[in-house]
Amino acid sequence: MTSSITTGVVNNVQNTDTTTGRTGRTGRDPLRALGNAVRSTLRGPVLAALAVPQLLLLTAATVAACLLGLGVGALLVPPTVLAIRGLAGLRRRLAARWSGVEIRDPYQPLPDAEPGFRGAWKRCQAILSDQASWRDLLWLLVDPVVGFTVAIIPLSVVAYGVLGLLLPQLWQPIADHGGNTWYLWIHVTDSGAAGTAALFGVPVMLAGLAIAPGALRAHTALAKSLLGPTARAEALAAERKVAHLTETRRDALTTQAAELRRIERDLHDGAQARLVAMGMNLGVAERLVERDPEAAKQLLAETRQASASALNELRDLVRGIHPPVLADRGLADAVRALCMDSPLNVTVSADLPGRPEAPVESALYFAVSEALTNAAKHSGASHVDVQLWYENGTLKAQVTDDGTGGADPSRGTGLRGLERRLATFDGVLAVRSPLGGPTTLTMELPCELYSRRTSSS
Amino acid sequence: MRVVLAEDLFLLRDGLIRMLQAYDFEVVAAVDTGPDLLQALLTERPDVAVVDVRLPPTFTDEGLQAALEARRQIPGLPVLVLSQYVEQLYAKELLADGSGAIGYLLKDRVFDPDQFVETVHRVAAGGTALDPQVIAMLVNNTGRSKPLERLTPREREVLELMAEGRSNGAIAERMVITERAVKKHTANIFLKLDLPPSEEDHRRVLAVLAFLEVAPS
Repeated sequence: MTSSITTGVVNNVQNTDTTTGRTGRTGRDPLRALGNAVRSTLRGPVLAALAVPQLLLLTAATVAACLLGLGVGALLVPPTVLAIRGLAGLRRRLAARWSGVEIRDPYQPLPDAEPGFRGAWKRCQAILSDQASWRDLLWLLVDPVVGFTVAIIPLSVVAYGVLGLLLPQLWQPIADHGGNTWYLWIHVTDSGAAGTAALFGVPVMLAGLAIAPGALRAHTALAKSLLGPTARAEALAAERKVAHLTETRRDALTTQAAELRRIERDLHDGAQARLVAMGMNLGVAERLVERDPEAAKQLLAETRQASASALNELRDLVRGIHPPVLADRGLADAVRALCMDSPLNVTVSADLPGRPEAPVESALYFAVSEALTNAAKHSGASHVDVQLWYENGTLKAQVTDDGTGGADPSRGTGLRGLERRLATFDGVLAVRSPLGGPTTLTMELPCELYSRRTSSS
Repeated sequence: MRVVLAEDLFLLRDGLIRMLQAYDFEVVAAVDTGPDLLQALLTERPDVAVVDVRLPPTFTDEGLQAALEARRQIPGLPVLVLSQYVEQLYAKELLADGSGAIGYLLKDRVFDPDQFVETVHRVAAGGTALDPQVIAMLVNNTGRSKPLERLTPREREVLELMAEGRSNGAIAERMVITERAVKKHTANIFLKLDLPPSEEDHRRVLAVLAFLEVAPS
């Protein structure tokens, strides 16, 4: 597995090299330059055509905004803005594909869609308070004018050049119909002047082609300045990230501290107390052994019992900290073992090419464990399906039960805890649980896999 | 009786050697790593192997893997696996070949030397001995496996004791019934689990496997 990944990376590097090589040659190779110019010229009108949806959306946005006062606007604004974002997204993709310029999304995360008017209003507020929404509107206003002009100029100039070339054939009918007979500064009134115009047509056409790449670049620059995140937005995003990290770090520390306290208490109340009792019992047995051998024997038997119980307690404790199968075999087999212990009928399918870092592995293991416990406790399910797989740098687990559904992360403390457990590692939990079931929990943790030995099967 | 012993903790290894010798076993090899264990099993071909699950160099399930590998090369090699923890998954893997001569016990069972040694003998003789804790876990989870639902509580109890590796006589003594009644129960169990008559011991392993929800093919 590692070897194939490495090969992929190496290939990428080579690809990049050849691309740069090609770009380097573009300037020198006239044929390539011409191709680039023609492509840029033809892309102009496509960008110009964006003006139509832009103006429609601008109108829609204006109408929706006007209706805000009536309240209906709150229902209209979010879909309109989402449509605008869709169009802006298209422009961003075109910038990436045609000019190789990456424009990142500037939007702040939207709150989850809640049903009813309140949800719509909350979404609407979030949208209106996002600076990027207003910059999108500015783009809708500016781009159909400035962008349209910039986009259409090269093709217009080329067309004018072509017109010049065709003038020897065309000037007569144009003049007959009383049309404009000027070409540049030449007044075309006979075939001689038409021939001169045709001569000028060639450089005009070439000029149109020559400015086309520049115009495309300018258009992209305009789009980037309006559709990309501003420095302030970037700073805000970084701040949000830091805030999120601080929060998850605090959560992680709190959870860890609570866990340590629990372990300390369990040790203190359980195994430690038992060992003390065993010591005392042994002391008493020592004294009794000659005077009352029967009682001594009884005490020794009790002590042996106590030692077994202490062992059991320690074992359970260790299982709660880091399950031995997980350490031995990794996530897939640990989850399989977990499912064998579950009172429900659980099927597991796993497709993991390697093992992640131990903390990530452990987080997902306990998350799945909690999901199974939840299913057994609350869902009334009889069958649970667990899937584990790795995709695009993310470790994913899906737990589906055939229970009654209706699980809600905003109420269940179990699901909240699960969410927090994953958040520490930048992971997310998605819950789909309509009333009547089935419930599907999807957990995702970004991580890398290392090819260690994982599963025996 | 010749024993190969694998245990990485010196104190436990020493104690086990002394205990086994006290009960007239001959410890032909006492090793402390997975590769050494496999080597010892293949060259010594002992009457029984007593193996710790977790061994160096990986400190994961090296011992279990070595035991499974040895049984692949020497079918039916009697192995008693000791572990700090019992896992159904490991029990299933050990029993998967259906040939018996397998024991899987918690390490604490050595607290009772008589019973422990008896288990070693049983495994060496081709029997199956699962730790009561594995069985307890299984019993908690029964009801999800169809064929086992057909068993009466009494028959299930017999099957549990069978899984612990007890003989009909021992089961009769434990349940305070006659050996003939036990035989009747076992016959019913075999019938209900769809195990056609063949050599008695082999069917006992298969019944335990069904108990563990392994589909023996």
